[in-house]
Amino acid sequence: MLTTFPRLMRDHATQRPDAPALREKDFGIWQTLSWSQLAVLVRELAGGLAHAGLQRGQHLIVVGENRPRLYATMLAAQSLGAIPVPLYQDAVAGEFVFPIVNAGVAFAVVEDQEQVDKLLEIRPQCPALAHIWFDDPRGLRHCDEPGVASLDALVAAGRHFNAAHPAHVDTEVQRSRPEDVAAMFFTSGTTGHPKGVVHTHASLIDRARAGARFDKLTEREEVLAYLPLAWIGQNVFSYAQWLTCGYVVNCPESSATVGIDLKEVGPTYYFAPPRVFEALLTSVMIRMEDASAPKRWLFRRCMALARRVGPAGMDGQRLGLPDRLAYGLGNLLVYGPLRNTLGLSRVRVAYTAGEAIGPDLFTFYRSIGINLKQLYGSTETAVFVCLQPDHQARADTVGVPIDGVELKVGADGEVLVRSAGLLKGYYRNEAATAEVLSPDGWYRTGDAGFLDAQGHLKIIDRAKDVGRLVGGANDGAMFAPKYVENKLKFFPYIKEAVAFGDRREKVCAFINIDMEAVGHWAERRNLPYAGYTDLAQKPEVVELVRDCVEQVNADLAADATLAGSQVTRFLVLHKELDADDGELTRTRKVRRGFIGDRYQVLVDALYGGRASQYIETAVKFEDGRSGMVSADLRIADAKTFAAVRSAA
Amino acid sequence: MTRAIGDVILDVQNISLSFGGVKALTDISFDLREHEIRAIIGPNGAGKSSMLNCINGVYQPQQGSIALRGRTFRHMNSRQVAEMGVARTFQNLALFKGMSVLDNIMTGRNLRMKSNLLLQALRLGPAEREEIAHRQVVERIIDFLEIQPYRKTPVGKMPYGLQKRVDLGRALAMEPQVLLLDEPMAGMNVEEKQDMSRFILDVNDEFGTTIVLIEHDMGVVMDISDRVVVLDYGKKIGDGTPGEVRGNPDVIRAYLGVQH
Repeated sequence: MLTTFPRLMRDHATQRPDAPALREKDFGIWQTLSWSQLAVLVRELAGGLAHAGLQRGQHLIVVGENRPRLYATMLAAQSLGAIPVPLYQDAVAGEFVFPIVNAGVAFAVVEDQEQVDKLLEIRPQCPALAHIWFDDPRGLRHCDEPGVASLDALVAAGRHFNAAHPAHVDTEVQRSRPEDVAAMFFTSGTTGHPKGVVHTHASLIDRARAGARFDKLTEREEVLAYLPLAWIGQNVFSYAQWLTCGYVVNCPESSATVGIDLKEVGPTYYFAPPRVFEALLTSVMIRMEDASAPKRWLFRRCMALARRVGPAGMDGQRLGLPDRLAYGLGNLLVYGPLRNTLGLSRVRVAYTAGEAIGPDLFTFYRSIGINLKQLYGSTETAVFVCLQPDHQARADTVGVPIDGVELKVGADGEVLVRSAGLLKGYYRNEAATAEVLSPDGWYRTGDAGFLDAQGHLKIIDRAKDVGRLVGGANDGAMFAPKYVENKLKFFPYIKEAVAFGDRREKVCAFINIDMEAVGHWAERRNLPYAGYTDLAQKPEVVELVRDCVEQVNADLAADATLAGSQVTRFLVLHKELDADDGELTRTRKVRRGFIGDRYQVLVDALYGGRASQYIETAVKFEDGRSGMVSADLRIADAKTFAAVRSAA
Repeated sequence: MTRAIGDVILDVQNISLSFGGVKALTDISFDLREHEIRAIIGPNGAGKSSMLNCINGVYQPQQGSIALRGRTFRHMNSRQVAEMGVARTFQNLALFKGMSVLDNIMTGRNLRMKSNLLLQALRLGPAEREEIAHRQVVERIIDFLEIQPYRKTPVGKMPYGLQKRVDLGRALAMEPQVLLLDEPMAGMNVEEKQDMSRFILDVNDEFGTTIVLIEHDMGVVMDISDRVVVLDYGKKIGDGTPGEVRGNPDVIRAYLGVQH
């Protein structure tokens, strides 16, 4: 049966009024909001918003970390038939202008002073923005800007409004239909303006339910909400599926305490992009390096065993008795405590998506007994397109098309999808909508991939990024930049990589070292350094990176189609790539074209055969100031390997 | 800023302090108004910390008087001063390194604990209720200072800038009316200084706490304080708003020196 989000929430409130809906750690204690309390809060917020003039079809932006009252605000807006638009809370002020102007937004509900300040800064460019409410009053007690008020005031106004118009909110909830627009998500967009992806209640609920059926989710799941609300992944896992399944969503105390809160909550259903899993693994490895020799030995032995038999066990194969016993012992000594330290000991289903995950990283988690799987989807498809069934998780595929999804591969290798969860369109952008949605309902994903023999989808790269080498030894060979970058990024020492090679004779790369891992590595070698820029240019560090690059090359040589993509030259960048400088998207994907243009001199130096290159770059700091970073970058050559022809 | 500067809350009159033949302070007078941020500046050895130590009863000045809310005292120990609502932080941190952040800040509640040692040790009814009430105050401070991730971390393991924050937290746990800060930003980098400045302003703003601050970083002093006292060789050479002090020729001489 199709329905709307406010009605789903009200159903939970009637059927299980005292069951927990949301938890938030506040002043060191987890505070619970039950479904009935949530329903009351949402009704009051809706009354307040109605009183302020929010009407059906209007947009309201929501900016902040995961806070129960921001969730309630989205439900309140939807209760009135208005459309919540979550925006990335770490965006700089200027990035809010386009969405606000594009959708003519007059209402904003934000978390704290930081967000209020950003909105006030851009107010002159957004004349329509009349109301800003904040959740946390800290630092805003004396704010007397017109139209800025606390959520407490909004709730109070709502109470009055509902007393005077007792039927208004309830009538509006009943008036909403499943095919009405439920929310809009701005895609970070690697080029040009972001696009507003419009989803209806029906499309989001359809996919949320399909995903829940696939993994047999119940109302007993525990979820930790720690990723940006503006990202559809977070929205589906802690909003759409929260309301369809009725499980508990836990909001961490702050973004700095996520690690601690993860351990305390012990989620059963967990979602994280690969970078989070990577950071977790890096922190474990760093701590293991500092452990005493016997512990390191035990860890190495147990992990070797886990790598050998763990994945097979997760795939449901029966292990021999000696392996079962040894793995059981390892579980007792290492895997169990490790899962607990990671905060993943209760995880029943864990997903990763958004980027390709390194095979070693993926195998690591599965081998210690965490049911980590991959999924494939995007903002436009309401996430769930392909999911990996239990026991069939592979590092290099993204699973099988699930319930309600039709999938085919176009002539040019592009993956096409049709389902009830597709976007209604891009907001006020018919040209872009027509580009991706065909009249007969197929959505062009922009990803190049194919279905393998088992029916699993395998993604190679963005269709438009797959290129060819021209001239040189590997003329005409396929070049998949992301494939190469992902292989490089799997090394804990490498944080980001940018590969160049399309329409060139060879592949070269920019590398960003991982400050934490390499810094630690340097400390253990008594290698002094002053900061990122200094560390990145140490000859020892360049050697360290060279080792990584050469291992990737050896690996690529084994793959006949991509052997030409081996990295011949590289340099370690003098600054960390940053979304504030426009080098990464807000979801931390490298913007290759932009980086190539910005660091044109470096690209030229790589291909021109120079041994070093001086560069000066303007950087923006988090507090909005800007400065300069300059360095003389070393450029290094890496060994390449002859392609290994497979026997078959 | 809407906070109103109130009446004189602390009045220091003609204080002189010497250690044997060394005159640390000579005839110092200044006052402190409710809700203001008052900075004491001066070159090394000017007597700034000695001044703070006189105010909170660590040193007994040989001459002069200090009046807190009209109550004059000359001989009072630091505990009595603390009971009157004066808290302080230390230049060289005086935290319990092996104890957690939570426990360190909890020690700031010591003066307000009513139940006796036996009740506390046995966790009997009233002691437990009291502990919960104190914990609530401590949690508010932890939230205020944004140190939630370190609640259970031993203080000795934390970076210096954060230890300074814990030191401030412990002083705040006393819910003081007057807060004495002895070089709260010494040894910090720019970002940590900015954070600390914001916390000091927030304490002043949110809790209405009156603040006396010793600081070397002139930029910080000029930005956040309402009035500044300048000491040099134990004598007061300037007193006024940051603007007035900056233009004072004696102050310029003490800080920049003169050509002879």
